Amino acid sequence: MKIKQLSVFLENKPGQLSGPCRVLADAGINIITMSLADTQQFGILRLVVREWQKARDLLEQSGCVVKTTEVLALEVPDRPGGLADVVNVLDQNSINIEYMYAFTFGRGDQAVIVFRFEDVDAALEALRRSKVGLLDSEDLCRLSER
Amino acid sequence: MHKGQETTTDKFHPASAPDFLPRPQLRDLQYTRLRGMVEHAYRNVAHFRERMRGLGLTPADLRSLPDLTHLPFTVKTDLRDNYPYGLFAVPLDKVVRLHASSGTTGKPIVVPYTRADIKVWSEVMVRTFAACGLHAGDVVQNAYGYGLFTGGLGAHYGAEALGATVIPISGGNTERQIMVLKDFNTTAICCTPSYFLHLSERALEQGIDFRQLPLRVGVFGAEPWTEAMRRRIEEETGIRAYDIYGLSEIIGPGVGIECTAHDGLHIFEDHFYPEIVDPQTGQPLPDGQEGELVLTTLSKQAMPMIRYRTRDITTLMAEPCSCGRTIRRIRRISRRSDDMFIIRGVNIYPSQVETALLNAEGTLPHYQIVLTREKDLDRMEVQVEVTPEVFSDRIGALEKLNTKLLKSLEQVLNIRVDVRLVAPRTIQRSEGKAKRVLDQRQTAG
Repeated sequence: MKIKQLSVFLENKPGQLSGPCRVLADAGINIITMSLADTQQFGILRLVVREWQKARDLLEQSGCVVKTTEVLALEVPDRPGGLADVVNVLDQNSINIEYMYAFTFGRGDQAVIVFRFEDVDAALEALRRSKVGLLDSEDLCRLSER
Repeated sequence: MHKGQETTTDKFHPASAPDFLPRPQLRDLQYTRLRGMVEHAYRNVAHFRERMRGLGLTPADLRSLPDLTHLPFTVKTDLRDNYPYGLFAVPLDKVVRLHASSGTTGKPIVVPYTRADIKVWSEVMVRTFAACGLHAGDVVQNAYGYGLFTGGLGAHYGAEALGATVIPISGGNTERQIMVLKDFNTTAICCTPSYFLHLSERALEQGIDFRQLPLRVGVFGAEPWTEAMRRRIEEETGIRAYDIYGLSEIIGPGVGIECTAHDGLHIFEDHFYPEIVDPQTGQPLPDGQEGELVLTTLSKQAMPMIRYRTRDITTLMAEPCSCGRTIRRIRRISRRSDDMFIIRGVNIYPSQVETALLNAEGTLPHYQIVLTREKDLDRMEVQVEVTPEVFSDRIGALEKLNTKLLKSLEQVLNIRVDVRLVAPRTIQRSEGKAKRVLDQRQTAG
């Protein structure tokens, strides 16, 4: 259920994003989802791709610093209160969220949220006991290709 | 366009008498003092005695002044290796003051003074101010930092001994500096040249034009500056700007000063004997040839320095000066033979930065020091390449790293710096080695 996420260090200046994007494009690697966190000085590009090992190696070869982290992808009903129900499960189990990002794949009824937890295993266990829909990387790939 | 008080510069201060000694008499004095100094150091400093013995020398081998060139050099690392008190030539109960300046790593170098050393220091600072045309009645705003740095107290005691009125305002607090400069009728200021330009610009923003104030002399040092910067200062503020030279290892400020001729800096060579050597081979070079300045203290009791390699590159000028002083001059320091740089009057070595980065990260990342000048104030940024070991997907972790580096740097350097995390392999390397210091300050003014 755990999904590998790649993080890439970027300086906060024009043109920084194009390098990693070009590397992935040239290798025919599709980005399933991503987010960009930034401060005044630097940014962190977070990526979920299908062939993460290949992507990691190529990015590293191109000079990027890459960090691999395990994240969880949750299916959340795309309606008011959808996220609240999920967060409620986390609260009840005292699970800390480091950060998260959401996307929809263009589906009307379900959104997908990627969560980075402080303790991914504890989070996984808590979520499994609940009714929250967990997606694995195959699910994500399939959804992104529809 | 200078203010019309130049006649006062003709007043002769008795302390300046040694500046005008006939050369043969000066050389006799230098030799006598050198003999005494070398004997004192040989007897009391183990490090120096061992160096001399290593070369098969004793003080008796010093038969003339030129024999000085046979003596071993002292280098900055000798001070570090003997930290803190190893090079002292007197017991601590004879030391009345300690100063310190930045060393090449995290530890400073310690500089001791006996009561007699303090007296000599005041004397050379009186001669310094006198050469700049200052005298009793002048109001001296001393904006050098007070504390372990030699600049503040060195200038302070000298100006007091001269009989001038000293305002010990110390460095910083620009608004207050400007207020005091205006309200106290300051006639002379001591600070770094870049800080003075900053003061002048900030004052102008408040509608205060230094040309309208009694201020007429600036004694500027603790950082390299150029003729162009002097022209700019003199034109914009209507003062006469003097370059002062000194270093803590020798005594502090007061090793050399420009006279009103503004053509090189007179070295008070009855106390500090200058030589120029080839920075690579260490071979002595004749007067007029550019090389590294080497200084020997001739009267210092607490920590004699024999043939100290300053790493400052200059030329010794032996020809007589139009001011009548017989002591020789050096050209303005143009550059260094090592990679030390000066920021806001503080000496910094890249090796200090490395120590700080190593302390923070455990391993040494690729880094570069970028120096810029904004509104006449120097800014130092340390760019550090992010390595896989320290990289994190969490912003907080990287910000923590940034803060850790910053704190470590400020602890070692004692000045405010900026830290910027940069992507790997973005810092230029030449032949595999990164260029450590990128100085983008325009010293041309």
